[in-house]
Amino acid sequence: MSRSHVNKSHADDILRIALMSAAVLAVGVLLLILLFLVRESWPALQRIGLYRFVSDAGWHPLEGAFNLAPMLIATFAAALGAILIAGPIGIASAVFGRFYAPPVIAETFRRMVALLAGIPSVVFGLWGLTVLVPIIAKWQPPGASLLAGMLILAFMVLPTVALTADAALKAVPKQYLHGANALGISQAGLIFNVAIPAARSGLIGGILLATARALGETMAVLMVAGNVVQVPNSLFDPVRVLTANIALEMAYATTEHRSALFVSGLALMLLVVGLAAMAGKLGGRLHG
Amino acid sequence: MASIHQRDLLLTGFVWSAAALVIGSFLWLLSDMLLQGAGQLSWDFLTAETENAGRAGGIAPVLVSTLLILAVAILVAGPIGLATAVLLSEFIAKDNRIARAIGMSIDVLAGVPSIVFGLFGMAFFSAYLGLGFSILAGGLTLACMVLPILIRTIEEGLSAVPDEWRKGAAVLGMSRLSALFYILLPAAAPALAAGLMLGIGRAMAETAALIFTSGYVDRMPSSLHDSGRALAVHIYDLSMNVAGGDANAYASALVLVIMLIIINNIALMLANSLLQKRISLA
Repeated sequence: MSRSHVNKSHADDILRIALMSAAVLAVGVLLLILLFLVRESWPALQRIGLYRFVSDAGWHPLEGAFNLAPMLIATFAAALGAILIAGPIGIASAVFGRFYAPPVIAETFRRMVALLAGIPSVVFGLWGLTVLVPIIAKWQPPGASLLAGMLILAFMVLPTVALTADAALKAVPKQYLHGANALGISQAGLIFNVAIPAARSGLIGGILLATARALGETMAVLMVAGNVVQVPNSLFDPVRVLTANIALEMAYATTEHRSALFVSGLALMLLVVGLAAMAGKLGGRLHG
Repeated sequence: MASIHQRDLLLTGFVWSAAALVIGSFLWLLSDMLLQGAGQLSWDFLTAETENAGRAGGIAPVLVSTLLILAVAILVAGPIGLATAVLLSEFIAKDNRIARAIGMSIDVLAGVPSIVFGLFGMAFFSAYLGLGFSILAGGLTLACMVLPILIRTIEEGLSAVPDEWRKGAAVLGMSRLSALFYILLPAAAPALAAGLMLGIGRAMAETAALIFTSGYVDRMPSSLHDSGRALAVHIYDLSMNVAGGDANAYASALVLVIMLIIINNIALMLANSLLQKRISLA
């Protein structure tokens, strides 16, 4: 819309300036976050240096040992396990809603998944701690473990995968599906050879978004994974992820220790934001 | 042909079992929450002071702190979010370089993990601005966190308003300010409300960003400078740090989830009413 001479008024200029300042504030938040993370990380980056974060003898911040590697490995392992579980199940449940379920069931199912997406992580953590961990403990003590973390994360990010996959499958042009049907293709052929390839970028975007969520999640993993700083030898070993480490130690951390925690926060942010940006490019953005 | 038929059967089996697994886990979670939480739930639980680190008594101070934190977050993020959304949808073209830079930074902000918001809030609001562990620091941290969801929902609502209305306003010689206040914002009102509701929901579910900003104190707050324990933080503390706190943790979780469901349904209804309006116009 071009502005005509009639409605170009003084008030409009003030309005434009007010709106611009609000937008500058909104953008400023992101810059402030980066600025303060770097500012607080700086002492550790200077005095400890990046190399020692993966080469020190363990994580003993009070004795000056700052090896983040065990927690990095645990973070990646938990997120990977969660995606390996939630990916196929999430995509299958979107396929269920779009191609298998009768319309009424499909709609109810979609609402249920949306409801699941809104359940707070601390509630997943509470349930994992009081229901899931005791079950695993009966089988392979102590229960609070990498496996518990993977399962609870899988449960948490499943709605993300299912909802993005649902949107991606919905966007597949109807002509493709009608055409394939007219050619007498089987149901499995329709899904594997037509629908999924056509929805591919949205599906991958959703998986990346879910991975970002799994890596960045704090409370649920903190409550079920046992929080022992170690490189896990099996699924049943207790582990501590980066986010949980920050939440557990920030309360009493000072000087270099505190700064080292900010370094891990900065690393986490860059990683998660990078993944989310990739997901956004592929069209896996989740609204609402 | 047999193999194709088998593949169909296999896929059908997998898809139905995946759906059954999702439904089953959901019902399992839901039934545990009801079974372990509903027993404690009563009017007294909502209105009594917490006692014995939360093992006994109610959650009144926690509810008050939660509402105060939410109020701060929404009062700060609401106007900034609204103004940014109006700017993006009404005042600069979508493919403009500034619009794209603003849009990108909002999307990046939406992806920042909540523990990082916690670190930032602690370093900036609590330490740098000297707000300490307070409801104000927690609320401001959450304001930063809910900005993207507010901006994107409101922007979508505004872009759903038909272009003829803008042209009509311009033809009538209305200033853009009056067009905004008398036509565009009223037309997009359901989306504004839906955005607010989604923002409130997101803020209410948050734990990690609040532990080091608004803190743990479970007394009734007397000002915004007091530390106040949010409901989500209360659930975390009861289940992790308080032996014998599980029953009240479940009851608090039930309260939290019920409030979230109500808020989400209101948001959904408002968003749908916007859709209805568009259909009746067409």
